[in-house]
Amino acid sequence: MRKSKALLFEMSRPGRRGYSLPSNDVPEKSLDELLPRKAQRSEPLELPELSEVGVVRHYTELSTRNFGVDTGFYPLGSCTMKYNPKINEEVAVLPGFAFMHPCQPEETTQGALELLYNFEQGLKELTAMDRFTMQPAAGAHGELTGLMVIQAYHRSRGDHNRNKVLIPLSAHGTNPATVSMAGYEVVQIPCDDRGLVDLDALKEAVDETTAALMLTNPSTLGLFEEEIIPMAKAVHEVGGLLYYDGANLNAIMGYTRPGDMGFDVVHLNIHKTLSTPHGGGGPGSGPVGVKERLIPFLPVPLVSKEEDRFYLDYDVPETIGKMHSFYGNFGVAIKAYTYMRMMGAEGLKEASTDAVINANYLMSLLKKTYYVPYDRICKHEFIVSAKPEKKKGAGAGDIAKALLDRNFHPPTVYFPLIVDEALMIEPNDTEAKETLDAFAATMEQIAKDIDEDAEKVAHGPYNTVVGRLDEVRAVRNPVLIWQKDKE
Amino acid sequence: MGGKHYLPLTDEDRREMLAEIGVSSVEDLFSDIPREVRLQRELELPSPLSEYEAFKHLNELASKNKHFNNCVSFMGAGVYDHFIPAVIKHITGRSEFYTSYTPYQPEISQGVLQAIFEYQTMICQLTGMEVANASMYDGGTAVAEGAVMGCGATRRSKVLVSRSVSPLYRAVLDNYFNSRGLEVEEIPIKDGYTDRSELENKMGDDIATVILQQPNFFGLVEDMEGIADMVHGHKAVLLVSADPLSLPLLQAPSEYGADIVVGEGQGLGVPASFGGPLLGIMAAKSKFVRQMPGRIAGETVDSEGNRGYVLTLQTREQHIRREKAPSNICSNEALVALGAAVYMAAMGPQGMREVAEQCLQKAAYARESITALKGYDDVYAGSTFKEFTVTVPGDPAELNKKLLEKNILGGVDLAPFYPELKNAMLFAVTEKRTKEEIDTLVRELEGWK
Ligand SMILES: Cc1ncc(COP(=O)(O)O)c(C=O)c1O
Repeated sequence: MRKSKALLFEMSRPGRRGYSLPSNDVPEKSLDELLPRKAQRSEPLELPELSEVGVVRHYTELSTRNFGVDTGFYPLGSCTMKYNPKINEEVAVLPGFAFMHPCQPEETTQGALELLYNFEQGLKELTAMDRFTMQPAAGAHGELTGLMVIQAYHRSRGDHNRNKVLIPLSAHGTNPATVSMAGYEVVQIPCDDRGLVDLDALKEAVDETTAALMLTNPSTLGLFEEEIIPMAKAVHEVGGLLYYDGANLNAIMGYTRPGDMGFDVVHLNIHKTLSTPHGGGGPGSGPVGVKERLIPFLPVPLVSKEEDRFYLDYDVPETIGKMHSFYGNFGVAIKAYTYMRMMGAEGLKEASTDAVINANYLMSLLKKTYYVPYDRICKHEFIVSAKPEKKKGAGAGDIAKALLDRNFHPPTVYFPLIVDEALMIEPNDTEAKETLDAFAATMEQIAKDIDEDAEKVAHGPYNTVVGRLDEVRAVRNPVLIWQKDKE
Repeated sequence: MGGKHYLPLTDEDRREMLAEIGVSSVEDLFSDIPREVRLQRELELPSPLSEYEAFKHLNELASKNKHFNNCVSFMGAGVYDHFIPAVIKHITGRSEFYTSYTPYQPEISQGVLQAIFEYQTMICQLTGMEVANASMYDGGTAVAEGAVMGCGATRRSKVLVSRSVSPLYRAVLDNYFNSRGLEVEEIPIKDGYTDRSELENKMGDDIATVILQQPNFFGLVEDMEGIADMVHGHKAVLLVSADPLSLPLLQAPSEYGADIVVGEGQGLGVPASFGGPLLGIMAAKSKFVRQMPGRIAGETVDSEGNRGYVLTLQTREQHIRREKAPSNICSNEALVALGAAVYMAAMGPQGMREVAEQCLQKAAYARESITALKGYDDVYAGSTFKEFTVTVPGDPAELNKKLLEKNILGGVDLAPFYPELKNAMLFAVTEKRTKEEIDTLVRELEGWK
């Protein structure tokens, strides 16, 4: 059953066509009349030539070599791989949404603007923020937007000495990368032995050079930062702001809100919490919400309402400018808005409840076999450390490969960095108890397999379409495109 | 009721699970949230809708909008009404693709990984570059991140951008650069083209990246001859934002010496979706790969020698390099890139060339017909691809209102972007437009004022 799949280029036959176009019905001119000779392409265009059925079969076969949430359990920590409701996909492709041009006159876009406006009202209530921009196309893009807004706020006050952003050691990689992109210096705050941000270290670190603290709560360890109030106070006291990385909001909807915890800026990964699909890596959407005093700095345009009319609002006095060519990933917002309308307040809260029950339940099953470094009530995800298994010869990465053989998508591995051999497990609200039971039983079996023959586990997977792939070779000898003469 | 059917736990399940956890109530699982920050009421959101009610509601919203299926569009400025083959939706709608995450576990993600590898290859075939990434958010962010790449490669902190580059992209660029303390200087335009002598004056050994667009925002085909040599003479990087659909006809950017090629890929079978999701294309000469942001798929072999694909060169990326990463990008537009790959595979070299030729011919016909009218003139002379600018005898917003009565989405008003251009519009004509539609537009313009 192991086999590689031919590439498009290897199936190409000269003269084969997979398209049908109307014929050109305007009077034709010669190419040279319309384009200067020297601007014309002289290199041949080497795209593959396939029939329509050839294209369809190729990609259909590729799809069978891929695992999605619809294929099975996908407890990829931090990524919130919950079920993606099908109605969302249907409404997002309605022609009245999918085939709209972003520069259409306002009177022809009222439905789209109304949707964005009402979606914003929902997000405000969910997070206790006062205004949102939908421009960021993903979480990381939201982080950058948020930090730029914070920067513009400080600068507007003549406060030019704030050059540091604090982040906990357990932070997602996008946080420190964003800090640098915004021209700030990263200050890392350690965690204490409970896995929580070390409050004393934080108090020690804040001063008048602190621009912001970036935090996700619950943290990437799946733990609620219980000392959020004194943390917020410490940052605010020195004039810094609090940034909320909303990747983990799925744990707390209806229970607590970032704005109530003291956060000034929030981004949401609506491709996590609000059920929109990840698409094999995107598109996502990362709306950013802010408290009142930061509204003047948001990117333009915002979506506003005047009587019954919705409009793109460029009247944002101290705006940072634009983050996206147009208004962000509208097509993704449609799906999240649909989900929000179907869940309502009670449904969203129940989703968080079930996400947290599922995580605690699975943790309680797994800790019978595995080492759980932070053995306390978790939120929507938790961490297992495969350090003991690693000593026997098969670590977190090998356990992941063993799961592939049993039709489970593995948890996130080797993250957060502060736990050795981390497996970060997020079961989500849309999974049944039986699924968790089966996963736990499989994990138990894998632990036994390691006891019996760790070597074998360390060389898996065995049942996948390709075996363990040589990532080192891919780096040492990069082959990043197919080349005709190399075959 | 509502969407609760997405949540499979039954009350009985919950009871059993709480017992296994060893707590007596759900409340106990949330006791770590301090009382002071607990929401003491329920969220106030509209009451939940059933699936059918949700469909009806969304359908009502959608029906308030005009769109390409009930209007004839001449709008461009980076997003276009190009033909979208039916196969695309059926492939991107396969849920093994669209419900998967970034392919971190390659052995069960060969589908997405191979599709990215093929996409990268086709982008390089179009642009003549040697590496491409799996996508950026859109054309604007691709320009900004490409400019940053140039800064990384040259260890310089200032870039030059032509005023003929999309003002939407330049706005994003300014923003990205302003916040990290990098400098952007504009190269003025002359008759709609990048002013060559101004570029030469401003060029120096402090410049990291020179940013041009081909065809430029006005639809004009810039003269690229000699620019790369001049830029390279200062050890700087030439970045070009190119319309991928122009490349079957126009020189591959490699032919005129570009180092980095970015662009908006929406034309490659991507629904316009009110401006997003779009597709940021990014490709470069291989010597820039270490500075390239985003995911890159690479070929390798498995333990038995079978060919397979993995995400590679990941030490560039945020999850490994953290604050030293060239970019923070994590999620991208992978599914959109998949759609674009299906587009390129289905169209092939011939289909893509035909699309480009029809854009060129039909736009030329429209331009000639419109500028033959009294009161309508070229803003700028010169060869254009699928867009062109004309001055109109009055306020563009009013003209568009009138066109709308005939279900025509007219041109884009240039004044918000170029205040010096009053009563000037940018029209786009794609392969979808027919002679009759163009003639109707021309008649309507003629009858105005
Ligand atoms: C905690 C956390 N922050 C930020 C991000 C970045 O989000 P995105 O991939 O949408 O850019 C992620 C996503 O993986 C995350 O888990």
